[in-house]
Amino acid sequence: MTLFVRNGRSDSLTLEGRVVAPVQGIDECLRITIEEGLITRIEPTGSSRPVLAPAFVDPHVHLRTPGREDEETIRSGTEAAAAGGYCAILAMPNTDPVVDTAAVLEALVERAREEAVIPTGFMAAISKGQRGDELTEMAELAARGAAAFTDDGHPVVSGGFMRRALQYSGLTGRRLAVHCEDLALSRGGHAHEGSVSAELGLGGYPSVAESVMVERDLALAAFEERPLHVMHVSAQESVVALHAAQAAGVRATGEVTPHHLCLTDEAVRSLDANVKMNPPLRAEEDRQALISALRDGTIGAVATDHAPHALHEKEVPFEEAPFGVTGLETAFSALYTHLVLPGVLGLETVLERMSAGPARALGLDEPRIEVGARANLVALDLDAEWRVTEDGFRSRSRNSWLLGQTLRGRVVRTIADGREVFAA
Amino acid sequence: MSDLRLLEAPRRHLLSIRDLSREDVHRVLETAKGMAASIDREVKKLPTLRGRTVVNLFYEASTRTLASFELAAKRLSADTMSIRSPGSSVDKGESLKDTALTVSAYDPDVIVIRHPAIGAAELVARLTRAHVVNAGDGKHQHPTQALLDLYTMQEALGRLEGVHVAIVGDILHSRVARSLVQALELVDARATVIGPPTLLPRGVEAFGCDISTDIAAAADADVVYVLRLQRERMDAGEAFVPSLREFTALYGITPERVRPGQVVMHPGPMNRGVEIDPRVADSTAALVTDQVRSGLVVRMAVLYDLLTVAVPAPAPVAVEVG
Repeated sequence: MTLFVRNGRSDSLTLEGRVVAPVQGIDECLRITIEEGLITRIEPTGSSRPVLAPAFVDPHVHLRTPGREDEETIRSGTEAAAAGGYCAILAMPNTDPVVDTAAVLEALVERAREEAVIPTGFMAAISKGQRGDELTEMAELAARGAAAFTDDGHPVVSGGFMRRALQYSGLTGRRLAVHCEDLALSRGGHAHEGSVSAELGLGGYPSVAESVMVERDLALAAFEERPLHVMHVSAQESVVALHAAQAAGVRATGEVTPHHLCLTDEAVRSLDANVKMNPPLRAEEDRQALISALRDGTIGAVATDHAPHALHEKEVPFEEAPFGVTGLETAFSALYTHLVLPGVLGLETVLERMSAGPARALGLDEPRIEVGARANLVALDLDAEWRVTEDGFRSRSRNSWLLGQTLRGRVVRTIADGREVFAA
Repeated sequence: MSDLRLLEAPRRHLLSIRDLSREDVHRVLETAKGMAASIDREVKKLPTLRGRTVVNLFYEASTRTLASFELAAKRLSADTMSIRSPGSSVDKGESLKDTALTVSAYDPDVIVIRHPAIGAAELVARLTRAHVVNAGDGKHQHPTQALLDLYTMQEALGRLEGVHVAIVGDILHSRVARSLVQALELVDARATVIGPPTLLPRGVEAFGCDISTDIAAAADADVVYVLRLQRERMDAGEAFVPSLREFTALYGITPERVRPGQVVMHPGPMNRGVEIDPRVADSTAALVTDQVRSGLVVRMAVLYDLLTVAVPAPAPVAVEVG
């Protein structure tokens, strides 16, 4: 078991609308009856609104717990996820303390059983303290529920250590997820290295700082015949490497964030700290490569990399601001507004890459709409128009790149693990 | 607070040369000329900004820029106050936001800010109702330096249009180079940036000027603009050139490299014997002290322009969304 949720009721309710379940090839108007949390009946209906889809899965969330509960807690983070249409999320282990021992993991699991509004999984660290030199007790961590292993926030610097981690993690049945960054190449970098950073004078964080590590880690995964999940892919060179590895038979998966799909480094000209992320927003060619990769499945998952920061940490000059933006509550609407409505990506593609895609990449159950399945559903009002405002978040933080924007399409209801967890 | 912002027209700021139109630049230079005439008088003070307050907020060591802004405000009869902090806002404990709010509580008309971090001036501009002048934010911008350089060139050469300026040295770390290249474009002058490949930023083509790694490219310029190696902006252990000796051999401005008729400029402080030969620095071709004099009148003109000329504020930079 790798997902944990607050114990409680299972709901009985009926939903109807246009059901879009891309993996199952469904796009028709249906009424779905849920009894005691299970889908018990699916039948035709005349109603085409709202859109009902398998609920979303986010493989990359920072819940900041333990250590920075002022920025996010399991409760606030999962409430935000529920409002964003998610039925499952995976939390990153770069907390304080790092999730690198069974004791820390067990305490988190216990809190999740008390607070998590939706099923929540926890990745554990690859290395003790995420220092990149000693393996964590992966077998025990996996037995206590670690969903996968990552040193996210940090790259695994040593190739030798990465190789050993790939080998040893084979014991666990869990995969490694990697944050690819060559620190010597990204050092001093605050923005993508290109014409915008040149003009603004910002230290450059070049694409190659990511892609050389993606190439190294994929080569090691191929050599060790182990699966590998590449997190927050941002550069077109990384997409090329991922595609080549997959073509060569490596079980490699990738994820991409809504902000890398919707924005380029042109946004950095505002010097607004809410467009500062790691990896940084890149050039238009990179954005186009990411969109193509999401469309053709080279990248199978959308991940928010939801990274809450306290207000005062972001209210500083751009160069002094920490990396990271929130994303759970806006992911679908951002992609719908900026990619689906303009005709860049199909609705089915976005729905699949936000649900079954990430579940498959991390070995979680795919949310399905079929009789006998636990109900994991999201209802979407595609005509709704809403403005992203500072006081509209369930997250404890509001460092969103979408503040002030008007978005189209909104999550109006979320059923996670048979329970209604959000209703607008 | 936010209600007030909605009711009032946004303040004009000078955060970047990008905030200025061609007309703005020419108007400021014209005003500076008038200011120059005034300071040649026996009584140098003008009553123009009496009752106005200018606060200088300096988070980075500065001699000429701070002195120049202080004197500019005083010559226009404004009340002026300077707050200096040795380190960054973080070192001091109080955030830049709180310092900006504290200073704003005195209702200053202008806040002049210098800060080592890119984006500091933008942040202060979002927090205050005063006009904000960026007096240097990290490697980003130093717009009044570019304006005073234009003024100096115009005085020395009698024109700006068509003037060719070779900017030599550490382009990567230079806010002066970034501001000046943009300013030269606004007045239809031509720029060539020259430096070793490691000190030319990737993406420098976007500057829209000529680029060279060979000092010979400076030969046909009207102005040789010399930049010092910004060693304080280079991270420890990151050597961009193998030695100062080799940098000087390849890019140092020696008398042999100055063609008759060329003028030489330097934003200071100079490292004599590194990027500029002392014989050049002390020659009649060097306009370094003219630049300092220009700094005073141009900053007077900038303060005057912000506080007395009604010009609609430029639209804020829109976040581009695909």
